[in-house]
Amino acid sequence: MRYLPLTPDDRAAMLAAIGAKSIDDLFVDVPQAARREGFVDLPRVAGELEVERALGAMADKNTAAGSAPFFCGAGAYRHHVPATVDHIIQRSEFLTSYTPYQPEIAQGTLQYLYEFQTQVANLTGMEVANASLYDGSTAMAEGVLMATRATRRNKAVISGGVHPHYVKATETVVHAVGVETEVLAPAVDAEADVIAQIGPDTACVVVQTPNVFGTATDVTKIAEAAHAAGALLIVVVTEAVSMGLLKSPGEMGADIVAAEGQSIGNALNFGGPYVGLFACTGKLIRQMPGRLTGETVDAEGRRGFVLTLSTREQHIRRDKATSNICTNSGLCTLAFSIHMSLLGETGLRDLALLNHEKALATRDALAAVPGIEILTPRFFNEFAVRLPRPAAEVVDALAQHRVLAGVPYSRLNPGAGMDDVLLVAATETTLDADIKILAKFLTKMLAD
Amino acid sequence: MSTMNTVGRPTTPNAVESKPATLTGGRGLLQDEALIFEGDGWGKTGVDLPKPATDGSDLGDLVRRDPIGLPGLSEPEAMRHYVRLSQKNHAIDLAIYPLGSCTMKHNPRLNEKMARLAGFSDIHPLQPQSTVQGALQLMDSLAHWLKTLTGMPAVALSPKAGAHGELCGLMAIRAAHEAKGEHEQRRKVLVPTSAHGTNPATAAFVGYSVVEVAQTDDGRVDVADLASKLGPDVAAIMVTNPNTCGLFERDILEISRLTHEAGAYFYCDGANFNAIVGRVRPGDLGVDAMHINLHKTFSTPHGGGGPGAGPVVLSEALAPFAPAPWVVDDGDGFKLVEREEDEAEQAFGRLCAFQGQMGMYVRALSYMMSHGSDGLRQVAEDAVLNANYIKARLSDLMSPAFPDGPCMHEALFDDEWLKGTDITTLDFAKAMIDEGFHPMTMYFPLVVHGAMLIEPTETESKAELDRFIEAMCLLAQAAKAGDVDRFKGAPFHAPMRRLDETRAARQPVLRWTAPQGSNAAA
Repeated sequence: MRYLPLTPDDRAAMLAAIGAKSIDDLFVDVPQAARREGFVDLPRVAGELEVERALGAMADKNTAAGSAPFFCGAGAYRHHVPATVDHIIQRSEFLTSYTPYQPEIAQGTLQYLYEFQTQVANLTGMEVANASLYDGSTAMAEGVLMATRATRRNKAVISGGVHPHYVKATETVVHAVGVETEVLAPAVDAEADVIAQIGPDTACVVVQTPNVFGTATDVTKIAEAAHAAGALLIVVVTEAVSMGLLKSPGEMGADIVAAEGQSIGNALNFGGPYVGLFACTGKLIRQMPGRLTGETVDAEGRRGFVLTLSTREQHIRRDKATSNICTNSGLCTLAFSIHMSLLGETGLRDLALLNHEKALATRDALAAVPGIEILTPRFFNEFAVRLPRPAAEVVDALAQHRVLAGVPYSRLNPGAGMDDVLLVAATETTLDADIKILAKFLTKMLAD
Repeated sequence: MSTMNTVGRPTTPNAVESKPATLTGGRGLLQDEALIFEGDGWGKTGVDLPKPATDGSDLGDLVRRDPIGLPGLSEPEAMRHYVRLSQKNHAIDLAIYPLGSCTMKHNPRLNEKMARLAGFSDIHPLQPQSTVQGALQLMDSLAHWLKTLTGMPAVALSPKAGAHGELCGLMAIRAAHEAKGEHEQRRKVLVPTSAHGTNPATAAFVGYSVVEVAQTDDGRVDVADLASKLGPDVAAIMVTNPNTCGLFERDILEISRLTHEAGAYFYCDGANFNAIVGRVRPGDLGVDAMHINLHKTFSTPHGGGGPGAGPVVLSEALAPFAPAPWVVDDGDGFKLVEREEDEAEQAFGRLCAFQGQMGMYVRALSYMMSHGSDGLRQVAEDAVLNANYIKARLSDLMSPAFPDGPCMHEALFDDEWLKGTDITTLDFAKAMIDEGFHPMTMYFPLVVHGAMLIEPTETESKAELDRFIEAMCLLAQAAKAGDVDRFKGAPFHAPMRRLDETRAARQPVLRWTAPQGSNAAA
């Protein structure tokens, strides 16, 4: 087997050095009843060529986003990633290293994490950011738990504009520790409805901008209402590029930002791995979940970086930790950080405008299709439309023509009575020709 | 015979007593690399985008006007910045990375190539299912391999890391107790003192109180202590097997029997599955739930701390409570069940927005298919052989924590052998860095004083093991000979000297900010 360096002679010599007669001598502690002789019932060793063929055949059965007119978003976005990004993250020293437990020989990782934290803090307009969580949805769950710790209150009020999968992932975890949630009915443009639900037991309100219907909202008033009641504002962002064009959550008064960073540097990957961005105000630092990198000096007084404030974490605090999280999204944070460094502020702003431009063009094209109603009043790169037929039916039918027309809202939230709502996203990768094809097929299908 | 022209080219370096500090902060090929925020990148960009046709004015007051604070780098500058940083990292591809409990094995590049096929990397999690049949087939195949290797009937793929898998397992256990109406009375989880920190943290995260179980002198769970603590108030036990001392729990069948008798479930921390894959099936040990770190046993890259993946295999008793989504093969093709309400009312919910770590699924399946059932069994055998070889060769100079009998995939030493030398485990570890090796896991498990936990994995050759062992022996001899300075000040030869972690925690500086009076945006 090509990944196993030991030869039969090596094994014999090593067993002799150990004083064992056979390999079985090293497994004597396994109870007799649990020892398995022979191989489990699975295929045997395979060469690179065989594996490539088998997996390649599976990959070929999928319609890659880049091979078709593509308008899916709803929490995962297709952007162009510069070739440099994927090259650098495959360098051995990044790909095959681990959590920087020995900072003297992990400054590469620690410095990029420190740069990443600064980029995320500046992008979100917050004072501090951690070294990432698993993804945006788990970041939202951690945000709610953090708010309950910080306020010693027990309830989260969640807007109907938050991505339904984020809500579900959050409720699954926070209900287990007895935190209550009040989730408002889905609404295209009603983030501010959370204000009326804030009470003395509210730990936090959770809003999303742009929300799952694409609507961008100035949440400043929501922040003021939350703060007046002693509650925190959590802002969820599922499309990180939007912060290159829209007011940052920090500028609007957010206390905690839980965002998905996939859009920058990371491929669609059928849903993962992604990278959770997590930022907050300075006074909440010690309640933060996950890894933090901080600046310090070495024995010669030179600046260096270390993992810090680890007394919050599970390996020190065990059952008193702020979270059970151990791993972060290391390599995805690196991809994010490289892409962001290549963009710079100028590139990010242009990229965001290009996304907005393509979405406006898509909206204009769809607005001209008979039977389609545009629902989202203000958006970044994604908007919702109402179709005269169930959206899932239309999307499935268009897929037969290799057009990926968007995400039916009913797929995220089947019981909501919004079966006719389609979420349509466009990015800088969207071609004008793709927009024409989408409009043409929709016109034809809705006329039939 | 040498044909090299040595004129003007000294064959031996000049002997210099002490090293003068460099003038720039560089060290040989290692550049002193500034932060991206400290260069001239303000206003710069390394991408060429078309000029946008809109200025966003349709969004009015929603538009961001203030400077964001993001410098840009041209492509050559970006390449240099990150390559320079990379050279300050240790990596598996450079040398043995013997972090116990972390399973730092070789990461095959075929896996990287497969994960980047457009049919896997460039598909959206919410595309119509008819357009992602191959992706669903891959998830189904991975599930089949994991279930077969563990002898378990079900698997939840979506947990995004080991600790997330622990959360998944305990949530399933909790849901099972709720279904039986026993949740209110069962509020305790038993965890051995030697457990990973994530175990008690996860139990507390899910709302359980944690009760510690004692360990015997031979490094195993104290079954009598466990039996005395099991009862109608216990929801589950969390046991790592092979355990964090690198030992197989000999009484594992008795442990699972007692647990089930008490009406509790057996959560197994599968971090150390690498030691037994292909030889022992957790399903045969009475396990009810176990996470599998794909980034350990199945070689997906550790990537500087992630992303990981932690699928959880489940017993018949817990399978109905698995979280959404999951894949079914309904004869007419593969189907992704995304809403638990549709198919299984007992499912405990959802752990993340989408299907979990697809990129890691591809890599792990590529690894499994490459090894096959025969190769995977060899993985466990070579991993255990390598660890026992290290233990045998170092036992004369160092003190094994549990000298009797074989270890599994990792060799555990205590600091007894350093007594009287004034050198600590930390000092010893830092001196290893000077010799070119990444230290082993230190001070874990907590039950062994000054623990040094060495996990070589199966992908180390005998020659590399011998090189490592010889370095360890030389260092151990130096320690015993009183060469204290070598250890106390170490590392001397790494990119950085020892870092002040206390200062970092007391005065946290967690981001770059522009120096006062500077024009840099921030």
